[in-house]
Amino acid sequence: MSRQKSQRIAFAILTILAVIVVVPIVLVVAYIVVQGIGAINWEFLTTFPHHGMKEGGILPAIVGTVVLTFGTAIVSIPIAVGAAIYLAEYARDTWLTRAIRLAIINLAGIPSVVYGLFGLGLFVLSLRLGTSIVAGSLTLGLMTLPVVISTAEEALLAVPQRFRVVSRSLGATRWQTVRQLVLPNALPGILTGIILGLERAAGETAPILFTAAAFYLPQLPRSPLDQTMALPYHLYVISTQVPGMPLQVQYGTALVLLILVLSMNVVATMIRSRFRRRRQW
Amino acid sequence: MVAKISIHHLTFRYNDTVALRDVTLDIPANEITVIFGPSHAGKSTLLRCLNRLNDLIENEETEMTGQILLDGQDIYGPTVDVTELRRRVGMVFALPIPLPLTIYENVVYGLRMQGESRKELLDARVEQSLRQAALWDEVKDRLYEPAMRLSGGQQQRLCLARILALEPEVILLDNPTSGLDPLSTAKVESSLAELKAHYTIVMVPHSVQQAARIADLAVFLLNGQLVEMGSAEQIFTRPRDRRTEDYITGRFG
Amino acid sequence: MNALKPRQREFFVEALIRVAGFSAILFVVLIFIFLVKEGAPAFWETSLTNLFGQRWYPNEGLFGTTPLILGSLLVTGGAVVIALPLGLATAVFIRELAPNWLREILKPLIEVLAGIPSVVLGFLGMVAVAPLVRQTLNVPTGLTAFTGSLMLAYMSLPTIISVAEDAIDAVPSTYRDGALALGATHWQTIWRVILPAARSGVIIAVMLGIGRAIGETMAVMMVTGNAARIPREWNALFLPVRTMTATIAAEMGEVAQGSTHYHVLFAVGILLFLVTFLINAVASAVIIKGGARRGGRLMG
Repeated sequence: MSRQKSQRIAFAILTILAVIVVVPIVLVVAYIVVQGIGAINWEFLTTFPHHGMKEGGILPAIVGTVVLTFGTAIVSIPIAVGAAIYLAEYARDTWLTRAIRLAIINLAGIPSVVYGLFGLGLFVLSLRLGTSIVAGSLTLGLMTLPVVISTAEEALLAVPQRFRVVSRSLGATRWQTVRQLVLPNALPGILTGIILGLERAAGETAPILFTAAAFYLPQLPRSPLDQTMALPYHLYVISTQVPGMPLQVQYGTALVLLILVLSMNVVATMIRSRFRRRRQW
Repeated sequence: MVAKISIHHLTFRYNDTVALRDVTLDIPANEITVIFGPSHAGKSTLLRCLNRLNDLIENEETEMTGQILLDGQDIYGPTVDVTELRRRVGMVFALPIPLPLTIYENVVYGLRMQGESRKELLDARVEQSLRQAALWDEVKDRLYEPAMRLSGGQQQRLCLARILALEPEVILLDNPTSGLDPLSTAKVESSLAELKAHYTIVMVPHSVQQAARIADLAVFLLNGQLVEMGSAEQIFTRPRDRRTEDYITGRFG
Repeated sequence: MNALKPRQREFFVEALIRVAGFSAILFVVLIFIFLVKEGAPAFWETSLTNLFGQRWYPNEGLFGTTPLILGSLLVTGGAVVIALPLGLATAVFIRELAPNWLREILKPLIEVLAGIPSVVLGFLGMVAVAPLVRQTLNVPTGLTAFTGSLMLAYMSLPTIISVAEDAIDAVPSTYRDGALALGATHWQTIWRVILPAARSGVIIAVMLGIGRAIGETMAVMMVTGNAARIPREWNALFLPVRTMTATIAAEMGEVAQGSTHYHVLFAVGILLFLVTFLINAVASAVIIKGGARRGGRLMG
């Protein structure tokens, strides 16, 4: 077989495999949109479920996911951005720094259901927060840390070193340099990381299974110590635990969750590409 | 001659390379001292020792011995405020590095970091420093544009103005005209000649010719060692050391 | 805060930054401590023979985790076998074959896949993929280990593709230029030079893919049929199984706090923690070693 011919065959196989990867992605999204769009109307988005959740809307689940996502942001943003600043601007290459990096890599690898176990053990039981928005937000917040730390650190390191040297040579302290020069220039990248982290938190089910989520609540949560419904858990419940659930409601719920999560993804991508076009170095 | 800066037996090492070997040198006030020599002679390292920029080197072992006195005070002494030192001893780098800010904010950056926020003072200082750096006429109508939009020559004069705004005592220039065209180089050189009345200037020149044009005092470094120093007139016309002569006449370099 | 002098405030802020930096270590340790605290009693409340036995019937006091562990291994193994060729091929396709405009479409599309919540994929796997599997393979139920592997494969693809892409990207361009200059075809260059040079990156991709797959919960729980049985038949891949993660997720909500069942579920959590910890620690060690070796001799 000639070299040209084997190249043609190899490239054809590569292309086919890539198509096998890509086409299902489009199909999945398209399928959920087509099947679910019919369920979505004003009532679906703004009312409580009723008749054993088979009718009505998914308002409390939407609100719950939004609230949990905000809670996650409050927990994870200060710690993650602080840690990223530490790693990018302060840490020297010591065994301690290497231990921190190893810890972050491992935090990223811990299964989400194990985060759920940890949240149950520490927040729900030991700290007596109960199954609550606080406990769920803390659990999701910890889970989100590694993603946000890594992207934020990358964004900080992308600010050229020469700016730091100049700033210090003009008499700025290390923190002033970070605060006035590095952070503002890394902000879009950090923001992208935060949104990607929150996107993941918004779609997670396992960490809130035992820490925050309620099967059904007749009212919206009134305090951070209340349980809450949440979209991903709601989808799990109505697709596995409720017999005779109309399929369209299930697809509708999946679609709302998908739109919520993917719109965060789009926002993150937009910030990133705008920033790349506009930055001056 | 009053020494503004006195360097005594300065030795500086990165990892295993000795960048400076037992350098002793007095730098007089209100003159232009030029430190010249072939590459890797230790010129930049010497300059960076003078405002402790070498402190910022991370991930490499550095070791310094010897003493540097500014107005008789050890700048590596335990009570020295490094940020204060860097305000008194400013540095212009080889390539113009405007910060990603407006022209105005670049000039006032150091002042703002000192906590200065009075608008009249900042405005006045911007005009004064840009005039001293011979840039005012070219940028006065676009002070709030990004500094990155200036030409290379303008950027380097902006970097000079940025130092001047801090009203330093010493200005260090590390080959400041390396990326500039002859016209911009001439502008920078003539600003320096005017500035020496008020400042102590230490410069690593772009070439021997440039050194000869603007130096009052010339220092020749080779492989981290001070070979010879003296008035520019003497060094560039009657060098005492054979190596200085060889370098000046272009036998190596 | 405003009452503090600037220097004091700076000291304060920098102290907080340091604390945030060190917190990652604290959290890993804390997670481990709480898993052990809740999981360790399992080892004296019940016997080791029971814990590593073959039957998982918590109602009858049988906590044999063997079927769960084997279930996880089966599903994960299947996922990697499916995902590895697909992921590698896609990474090579994106880096080497796709024109720019196509790359600009493919990259965000794969990010979309990474963004789809696992419960949505699980739902779709249950209502759309499982029936398809049942009809195509002519098996009694579509909720099988294979269906789980299929879902997991797609869920770990974004990880595998992006790590593999980085690895290909890190191959010095002199390798490629050298091979092409010697008259190799583009494909020979990919196969003989680029892929071997990217080997350590590919290993990392596989490991992280495994780590991702073994810890995945919702999608697996929804499509694998949840039968805690030992997969010992030749066609076990096409029968229902139950994984460690699914067991925790499905049962933790219903157990009494402090019961043996509760402790055993935490013990399973410890096992998951240790396995993923090991995978990630080794992967990061490979990353460091691979980085040092980069730029070495020309391979192939």
